[in-house]
Amino acid sequence: MTVLELANVSKTFGALKVTDDVTFSVPKGQALGIIGPNGAGKSTLFNLITGNILPDAGTVTLLGRDVTRSPAMERVRMGVGRSFQIPQPFEGLTVFENLLTAAAYGQRKREAEVQDACIAILQDTGLLAKANVLAGALSLLDRKRLELARAMATGPELLLLDEIAGGLTEAECRTLVATIRGLHAQGITIIWIEHVLHALTSVVERLLVLDFGRVIGMGEPEVIMASKDVREIYLGMEV
Amino acid sequence: MRHSVTTRTRTSTVAGIAALALVILGLFLPAFATRSLIQDLFFILTMLTLAQLWNLIAGYGGMVSVGQQAFVGIGAYAMFAGVILWGWDPVPAILLGGAAAVLLAIPMAFFAFRLQGAYFAIGTWVIAEVTRLSVAQWKTLGGGTGTSLPREATANIMGVKAIAELFGVRDAAARDILAYRLALALAVGTMAAIYALLRARTGLALAAVRDNDNAARSVGVDARRIRWLVFLSAAAMTGLVGALIYVQTARVSPDAAFSVTSWTAYVIFIAVIGGMGRLEGPIVGVLVFWALQTAFADYGSWYLLALGILAILTMLFAPRGVWGLIHDRTGLALFPVQRRLVTDVSLT
Repeated sequence: MTVLELANVSKTFGALKVTDDVTFSVPKGQALGIIGPNGAGKSTLFNLITGNILPDAGTVTLLGRDVTRSPAMERVRMGVGRSFQIPQPFEGLTVFENLLTAAAYGQRKREAEVQDACIAILQDTGLLAKANVLAGALSLLDRKRLELARAMATGPELLLLDEIAGGLTEAECRTLVATIRGLHAQGITIIWIEHVLHALTSVVERLLVLDFGRVIGMGEPEVIMASKDVREIYLGMEV
Repeated sequence: MRHSVTTRTRTSTVAGIAALALVILGLFLPAFATRSLIQDLFFILTMLTLAQLWNLIAGYGGMVSVGQQAFVGIGAYAMFAGVILWGWDPVPAILLGGAAAVLLAIPMAFFAFRLQGAYFAIGTWVIAEVTRLSVAQWKTLGGGTGTSLPREATANIMGVKAIAELFGVRDAAARDILAYRLALALAVGTMAAIYALLRARTGLALAAVRDNDNAARSVGVDARRIRWLVFLSAAAMTGLVGALIYVQTARVSPDAAFSVTSWTAYVIFIAVIGGMGRLEGPIVGVLVFWALQTAFADYGSWYLLALGILAILTMLFAPRGVWGLIHDRTGLALFPVQRRLVTDVSLT
């Protein structure tokens, strides 16, 4: 079963074509990594999938339904959870309340019905001890954890992670990767944008390479990483 | 490990009981209070309600409106229209004020919601001014100079006779008592409704939209709907308060009823001094404001200048107001809304 399908999706900002005729699909349970240099249009691609921006051309199909024009809110309720590249917590709410909000609204349930699930996610992401701390007072690692936890709380079929490992220490990164691997093992479909390649390739089964808004390669991580184009793009970066 | 979720604290239980006792005391106060105390309390309660409503849309909802006087004014005029044009009793005519405010709030939100931050503030102010100028053209209700409630209407307000007999006072004092009781009902009703809203799921959504609109949408919160809901409810209640204030004054003019100073600047002062984004804030703020008003209002424009300076100092040095300072020092919360996760095995 296909969870997500993009067909000939394009998006232009002014004179800049940030997404150029992108086509790919993700089967249920797969973990897909997206790589590409800064400005390649990776985050824009996410925004097109979540509905935060709408494409100029092409179609986005989610769980067999055409959602090209559907608002972000509706797609969350269909099962798209996302984390932001720059953490965007609800700073005036506690960590636990951030999760409650995401779970209650993302799954359209009452608070009492989602409390236990939120507590379980706090445990899984190592945030239980910070449950009652205001999100605005968190460290970077905890903000990243909260991004992941909040996305999970919406009860996603498809989880979109945007540079969740960036800026973390090696040890912190390992903890986060273990959590993500756990989610993958539960059968959640994952699309993950990441510059920390060793973290990414330790989880994903397939890589998609984006450059100037175009898909320039897609396939198994070993094959992709060995290709000449990718090595050129990533020359000077960690491979 | 077992977990439970609670908003209640020991302080909040005590505060709840104290609040209930105060309300009951408030109901029977006219039996032994002087007329001037009743009038002061009317002023305090109506300003408190306006400040709570402004706090709801600005402090919780992040919509800093400078146009709330539009709802006070339209509420007052709708009530006058009910009494003068259609011969309604002034008390049920207050409901017209709430309805008219909603009717005005719909186009106002339609335009103002397209604006952000300071532009939203200016936008609401402009719409309020346009409303004032339009109402000033309404010749049957006195045009630019305004009008008074007819004597026969104020003489026979429903319930006044009964109150006069019950407390053994003259009709004029009984009217004050009636207005005071309605103000008490509006203040208590408004605060109870806001508190209930904040403790419900909607309270989380409101905070999420205020903190980060984009992230709120991405977890499934309908930011638009929440804004409309809060803005329209606050407008309705503000309209009711406006109508009630002018039942008590019995005289209306566009300049007074749509005064940005009286119904928005003072109200913002109360919320800012007390502390925005908390139910306790306006309660503290209105007492500070009333004390200043009583002590210094005779100094005219110097008084206004001092209020402005005080508000600026508060924003600079205590941005979360007097209640914010108290809360930071003591952790005190009389009406807590935070959902705390409590673990039976101790949680750090």
